[in-house]
Formats: sequence, structure tokens, C-alpha cells
Amino acid sequence: MSGLRVVDIVVAYNGTPVVDRISVDVPSTSWVSLIGPNGAGKTTLLRAMAGLVPYGGQIEIDRQPIGAMSRRRLSQMVAYLPQRPILPEGASVFDYVAIGRTPYIPYWGTETPEDRAVVEKVLDRLDLREIADRQIASLSGGEAQRAVLARALAQQSAILLLDEPTSALDVGHQQQVLELIDELRLEQGLTIISALHDLTLAGQFADHLVLLDKGEVVSEGDPSEVLTEETIKQYYHASVRVTMEPDAGLSVIPIRPGRAVRRTGR
Amino acid sequence: MDLEPVTSREIRTARVGLRLSIVVLVSVVVSVLLGILVGAVGLSAGSVFAELADKVPGITVDSGLSARDSAILWELRMPRVVLAGLVGGMLAMAGAAFQGVFRNPLADPYLLGVAAGAGLGATLAIAYLPDQTQWPISPLPIAAFAGAVLGVVVTYVLGRSGARQFAASTLILAGVAVAAFLTATQTFVQQQNTDTFREVYSWILGALGTVGWREVVLILPYVILSGGTLLLYRRLLDVMGVGDEEADSVGISSAAVRLAVVAAATLGTAAAVAVSGLIGFVGIIVPHAIRLVVGSSYRLILPLSLGFGAAFLILADLIARSVLAPAEIPIGVVTAFFGAPFFLLVLARSRRFS
Repeated sequence: MSGLRVVDIVVAYNGTPVVDRISVDVPSTSWVSLIGPNGAGKTTLLRAMAGLVPYGGQIEIDRQPIGAMSRRRLSQMVAYLPQRPILPEGASVFDYVAIGRTPYIPYWGTETPEDRAVVEKVLDRLDLREIADRQIASLSGGEAQRAVLARALAQQSAILLLDEPTSALDVGHQQQVLELIDELRLEQGLTIISALHDLTLAGQFADHLVLLDKGEVVSEGDPSEVLTEETIKQYYHASVRVTMEPDAGLSVIPIRPGRAVRRTGR
Repeated sequence: MDLEPVTSREIRTARVGLRLSIVVLVSVVVSVLLGILVGAVGLSAGSVFAELADKVPGITVDSGLSARDSAILWELRMPRVVLAGLVGGMLAMAGAAFQGVFRNPLADPYLLGVAAGAGLGATLAIAYLPDQTQWPISPLPIAAFAGAVLGVVVTYVLGRSGARQFAASTLILAGVAVAAFLTATQTFVQQQNTDTFREVYSWILGALGTVGWREVVLILPYVILSGGTLLLYRRLLDVMGVGDEEADSVGISSAAVRLAVVAAATLGTAAAVAVSGLIGFVGIIVPHAIRLVVGSSYRLILPLSLGFGAAFLILADLIARSVLAPAEIPIGVVTAFFGAPFFLLVLARSRRFS
């Protein structure tokens, strides 16, 4: 169980700040989701948290600055899944998931039976045992997403950074993957930081939303506070209706005013 | 009960490993025997086996070979076969390593300017160094080695400084530019010295014609150092398969792995090129043929490349010197001429692609 704190960080590409003095507090075992229009800086912020881009300011895990940690130590505490993970041609699901054990294997060494046992356990938990010998590149979108998640779990880190974990999935698999992540969070005390495009899913699954725009935090808080029709209009330039129903939760529905009138007129 | 699948998986892996080791060992032994048995002077198999047995400590056998035949076996054929094996194994392994570290199936050991650098070095030595036969050691391999290493160092320095975000593709592009520049220079030098044209040309196509134990001793340390280093990196090459960013996120530095692998592969390739000239195709065809059969893990591909690369080049050299005997075909011509159809055959029969 680990919490993560970002204090005043700046990330710049070629002199232009992409993340500009952002501070975020992610309590242990919570699910915080970054939302915001394209180019808001969500991916860059996640990559900074994973120690993959140079940044100014401070990022701490349990009060320890990650800048002072070795890459190996950091990857034992934080697992990062990019939006489009590369699925190596020809590798089996088992071998792919075993790559997650790298932070625990000596540099020039190889997996121990304990490492393989961890992989087997993760494969069982995510129902991948049956397809452990299939090639990772041949899997369907839903299976591949579970395999990628399995690799992150094999890393046994308390913090999971997920960049658009559902962007390549249909609506059913989106729900299944997010439910699975939430179950794992409760079961294993994980801390989840995700970037999500889908505002409805972000509102339904995260405890706390951070809305970014042009590299800055423009709103944050409980989903019902952040996801208002005015806020979404202002930052996404989108027309939506936000509904809150007891049996359905929060929904953000795109609307198209004027369209309905024409239909009835036919 | 819970751990049963782990065990069965391990047994399966061990069984596959054992079977492959036997196949690769048999291939190497058979190709070595063919290499020393076949030649212009017929040596009977029985006497050759007796000669070999005689070398085993504690066994004394009279092979019945004349002093001349014994010299042909030990001073001509054996060093040539051993050298072909070392060069073939080295090139195949370096090719596999380059393909892994650049995630590019078309990468070969000559990718980053090794070939062009060695070519320029060799051409300069042939064209401008007076009367090489008088030198205590031939300057040609040294010049080729220096050119090869220099070519890659320049590529690496340019590839690094060229882009802020250091990427594998930048390095490959820098290699293309450096190779083009060095090749142009080499062509210019060659045009200025047309009298050495034939010598340069035959070096570029690769030749093992004039080698002896001295060349074996010359490249052996490099092959051991380079091959040993590449084998150390076999698991990390698998990790590199998920891309630089994800490899970094599981705790390794992809840039450091790439630098170490490129340095090791370059050193070995440069040593091989220095003694044998530019033998093409081995570094691509052998690892890919292995990949088609055993899959994509470098833990299998690297050691198997060493063995099958050795066997492949020993056989290619055998063909090079016997098809038009007593004339020799350049070995680079043989590797491509026989290697390409063989590779297509493996490709067509491979279940992975059907």
C-alpha cells in the first residue's frame, strides 16, 4: 500500500511546458483518474510518475522522492501501462507476463521458480492460464488487455499507472477490464492512477477526478463535482447531459440539440 | 497440485532445450567432418578419424597419413574449417542481437557502418600500403577492423546527437548516412587505384582462402568476449521486445542495454570481417531460420545462432572451394546463392506462417 504525491511538477518538451506546476495527491488504495481534452498533459504526467521523463518539482511515494530511487527500485513500486503497449511478435503470453518480473531478476540473471510461480498465480487470477502458451500478438483485444494487465501485476508494485486502459476495447470489455482493475485494487490494496477519455467510465470507477487542460489542473474532486455540464462545455467544447441515477450511477451523454426536431418532422 | 503446471512447463522447456542442443551439436560435428574430409586431395575417412583420435590425450593411433597429408589436414583444412565456424557463429549471433536490440527483422551485423568502415579500411590498406608481404603481420585485417569499429563509433555519436529523444530509428538512419559516406569514399579511393581493383573486390565478397591458425588465434578472443557478452544479455533482449519505454518501466535502461549489445556485436563482427572479408546474408538468414522453428526468445536464438551459424558457414565454404575446384567461388556468393533458397524453403514449411 503506497500513496503518491506530486508537488509542483513541470515537464517541458523543447522548452514548452506540457505539464505546468501540477500538484496531485493520490492517497493509498484510492483510484484517481486524470481527465481532460487531447493534449492536456495526462500521458506526460503519468510518464513523469513512472520516472520515464525528466521533470522539475517533486514526486514522492510514501514521502520518498522517486528521483532518488534507482530505476529498478521504482519499478518495484510503480507499474506503468502505456496506451498502446507493444506486443512482441512471437512471444507467448507466459513469457510476456514474465517480463513483469524483471525488477526482481538480477541484471544478467534469469527467472527463479518463485518468479514463475508469481506469473502462474497472476495468470490464474486473470483467467489466462488456458491461453498461456498462445502468442501474445494473436490475442483478441480483450485478452491482450488482460495479458498486459497481468504483466503489470507480475511486477507486484503497489501503484498502477494506466494510460487509457480501455481505449482499444468494445463497451463490454471496457466494463469488464475496469471492474477487474477495481476488484484487484480492493483485493490487493493497489493504488490506481489512470488517464481516461471516457468521462462516464471515469466518473463511475474513480474516487477522485483531476481535470487537466493545457498542462494545468483546472478542476478536481469527487466525480459529481468535476463532471458538470458547464465544466465539460468549457474545457472539452462538448455538449453533454450529465445524469445521476440511483441504479445507474453517473453518466455523461453527448447530445445533439436540433437533431431530434428534424427527425420527428419526417 | 497448485505448482504442477510450473513443473510440467519446466520439464517441457528442458526437453526442448536438450533436443535442440543435440541437433545443433550434430550439425556442427557433421559439418566439421565434411569440411576436413572433402578437398582437392582425397584423404580417407578412416585415416582422418585415426588422426583425430591420435590428438586425444592418452590415445596413440597411427593414422597412416603421410607427412604431406597430415599437413593438409592440420595446417590447411582444419584452421579453415575452425575459422569458418567462428566467423559464421559470430556473424549469426551478432545479426540476431542487432535484430533484437533494434526490433527490426532486417537488421544485420553490418547495419551501423561496420561493412562500409571495414571496406574503406581494407581498400586504403590495399591501395596505399606498400608491399604488404614484407610486413611482419598483414596490415589488412587491422585496417579493416579499425575501419569497422570507427564506422560504428561515428554512427553512434551522430545518432545520439542528432535527436533530443534518442531513438533506435535515429541510430539506424545515422548508420545509413555513415555507410553511404564511407562507401562513396571507398569507391573514390578504388577508382584512383584501379590496379588493385581485383584484390579489393575479392576481399569485399569474402574469402577464407589464405587463412591459417594465426587468423584463428587473432579472432578467437573477440569471438569469446563478444559472444559471451551477447549471451549475458539474452534475457534483456527479450525484455527489449516490449519497446524502450516499457523496458525502462520494468527497471532496465534500454539505452544502456542497446549500447552494450551494439558494442559487443560490433567488436565480434569487426574481428570476423577483418579475417574473412564481407560475408553477407549469414547474419540475417541463420537467426531468422531459427526463429521460424523455435520462436522469438533470444534465450534460444542466441546460442543456436552460434552453432547453426558455424555449421552454415563451414558448409558454405566447403561449397565455395569444391564446386569449381581448383578455383574458388567467393564465399559471400555461396551464402546468398544457397542461403536464399534454403531460407525460402524454411519459410514455406514453417507452421508459424501457414
